Amino acid sequence: MSRHLSLIFKNSLRNKRRSVLTILSIAVSLCLLGVLMALYHSFFHSEAPEEQALRLIVRNRVSLANPLPLSYKQRIAGVNGVKDVMVFQWFGGTYKDARDPANFFARFAVDPEKLSTNFPEYKMSEDQWKAFLSEQTACIVGRKTAARHNMRPGMRVVLAGDIFPVKLQLTVRGIYDADRDNENMFFHFKYLNESLSQGQMDHVGTFSVRLERVEDAGMVAKAIDDMFRNAPLQTKTETEKAFELSFIAFLGNVKAFLLLICGAVTFTILLVAGNTMAMSVRERVREVGILKTLGYTPGAVMGLLMGESVAMSILGGGIGLGLAYGLCAVLRESPSMFTDMSRITVPPPVALIAMGVAAAIGILSCVVPAYNASRRPIVEALRFTD
Amino acid sequence: MKIPLTYNLRNLTVRKTTTVMTALGIALTVAVLLSVAALVQGLRTSLQASAHPLHVLVTRKGSTAELNSITTPEQFQTVKAKPGIAKNAQGEPRVSQELITVVVLESPENPAGINITVRGLTAVGMAMREDARLVEGRMFRTGQREIVVGRGIAERYPMARMGRKIEFGRGYWEVVGVVDAGRSAASSEMFVDLNQLAADQGRQSALSSILVRAADQVSMQALMNELSSDRGLNLDAQAEKAYYEAQTSSAAPIQIVGTFVAVIMAIGSSFAAMNTMYAAVARRAAEIGTLRVLGFSRLGILTSFFIESLLLSLLGGLLGCLLVLPLNNMQTAIGSFVTFSEISFQFEITPQIMMVGLLFSLIMGATGGLFPAGSAARKQILVALRQG
Repeated sequence: MSRHLSLIFKNSLRNKRRSVLTILSIAVSLCLLGVLMALYHSFFHSEAPEEQALRLIVRNRVSLANPLPLSYKQRIAGVNGVKDVMVFQWFGGTYKDARDPANFFARFAVDPEKLSTNFPEYKMSEDQWKAFLSEQTACIVGRKTAARHNMRPGMRVVLAGDIFPVKLQLTVRGIYDADRDNENMFFHFKYLNESLSQGQMDHVGTFSVRLERVEDAGMVAKAIDDMFRNAPLQTKTETEKAFELSFIAFLGNVKAFLLLICGAVTFTILLVAGNTMAMSVRERVREVGILKTLGYTPGAVMGLLMGESVAMSILGGGIGLGLAYGLCAVLRESPSMFTDMSRITVPPPVALIAMGVAAAIGILSCVVPAYNASRRPIVEALRFTD
Repeated sequence: MKIPLTYNLRNLTVRKTTTVMTALGIALTVAVLLSVAALVQGLRTSLQASAHPLHVLVTRKGSTAELNSITTPEQFQTVKAKPGIAKNAQGEPRVSQELITVVVLESPENPAGINITVRGLTAVGMAMREDARLVEGRMFRTGQREIVVGRGIAERYPMARMGRKIEFGRGYWEVVGVVDAGRSAASSEMFVDLNQLAADQGRQSALSSILVRAADQVSMQALMNELSSDRGLNLDAQAEKAYYEAQTSSAAPIQIVGTFVAVIMAIGSSFAAMNTMYAAVARRAAEIGTLRVLGFSRLGILTSFFIESLLLSLLGGLLGCLLVLPLNNMQTAIGSFVTFSEISFQFEITPQIMMVGLLFSLIMGATGGLFPAGSAARKQILVALRQG
């Protein structure tokens, strides 16, 4: 066996340039495949983290653009299984120059005293929480956004509203840390509400509901929607994860888009690898004749050729996966619209699938030329000229 | 002396499988780039078609979209009285105050539902959308809970077909007509009577935006200045064209991802092209030697192999263009983060897009072909003749 391995190794070194090019092109494509699958996984397959699974989002059934009355908060809080309800108002608006996408980060008006209970994953020092609560114009920002815009406690931040015709003068009072989405800004809903005209006052886009137990999610969501079934403004309650997914659906058919591209990428690698293997096998037909003269069975010859192909594509796949990990790290650091993007990584199942694809490509790309070469009669093989 | 092009063409046809496989790899790469480009182009065309060159969109100062604009009936009266506004046959100014809201429609494709714009307007406003032709049924009547839907909506959402009833606000709205507005945004909107919608939403005194038709290009600029600078009004006026152009950014995420994928795939495909060309050079070593003996220069050999690589990639580029052709005019939709609702449009493949695809494939061919061609040109005559 080890004899064969060294033969396989020597064979793949014979045309170094070709092997390197093949491995590189497989690596590049598999890196892409890895990142795309990681993206797909983080959007559609990842389980909500425990804290997130405990949260529901309540919004107007008609659409996000239609608000709900603030008074719904009390009624939702009374539903069985609800631990707490917090106003969770998307502010939008612009910070500095809106035309620069780097200035985009999510801004929410919330009930500050409930933020730490509804979002226990946000970590901040006791003092900063206190400072945030005690001042109506205080705001806190996530570590990532704070770093990007050089925000420090005590700094003044002006937000110009677009949905709301107001200009908010806020002071940064804290920088929070979180495993995911440490990019948001939170400030007092009361401050926003009191700046609004009669028409817009006391209306809320979304409420964030914290559950007692994860298992109750479906039941509580139904209970809330049922409660407002006959009210003039009906609600739609869903898990926070589902709510985030509805934004991705908004971008178009992302699922099909990703799958289609993954398919195209895989097929392209198959073509590339198949082409190279066909070339390298064709060059070696005479050699195959010699091997068979020496007593190698067609099966052994085929194994040798396939082994080389699989070894190369697995090596390419390994390099590709390494690149994919690196690329995901870059993606995690760049500003993104979706919280799922901020913790994207190549999870083990995706890595496994990618390596499986690499191995399959090694086998598929070689099976036809290897079979033909190994079945060629010795005399014909020895006479073969390319 | 130049090596004739037929030499390269024949070489490509000798190794059919290799040629086709390499070209197909390039073709798929080009296809990914082109499908994204066709999507963005379709969106751009649709948005451009949506804007009338003489239309001015008036919104509350600071709001970025019709949806979050608020204007009052009093402001409407003031706007109507401004100079430079076109008049209709009855002598009324062509100004339309509208109420925009969004509703969620479910479709088999998206069972969770997607936001669709509902626009409340008057007969004057409907008449200002001259490209919207009624293709089925009739217009909504004033004072009735009736709704007219854009053709794109009727086609994609079974629940919004003729005769069906859509539920939103305080009850049901009967679909009484379908309008076709070509590629413009009106094809993906629904229209109802302004007063009915305002009453339904309790927004009689807080309507959305005001659309104004200027008399001509010259008065349009003056009108926009006049509206924006009127402190009492506190409104913003912009050309409808500029408003729609800004929404092209909705396709940015898909455009970024798609382009990124295409570029990475292109790197892989160039490696493949390089492999194929190196193999071609190796296989034809004796041939190269012969060509040199016959008096062809090193530069001639270099050019010839380089051109062969370009031809190979061009074939891939053409195949890629063919692959995306079925996408042309295919209906699709994307959410706009400006209007918070869906814009439906068609993929559009233009000659320019195809040119970009071919250029892209040629770049792959050039990067893949340069080094092998160089190595072919560097071959020593005697060594080359002995090889192969």
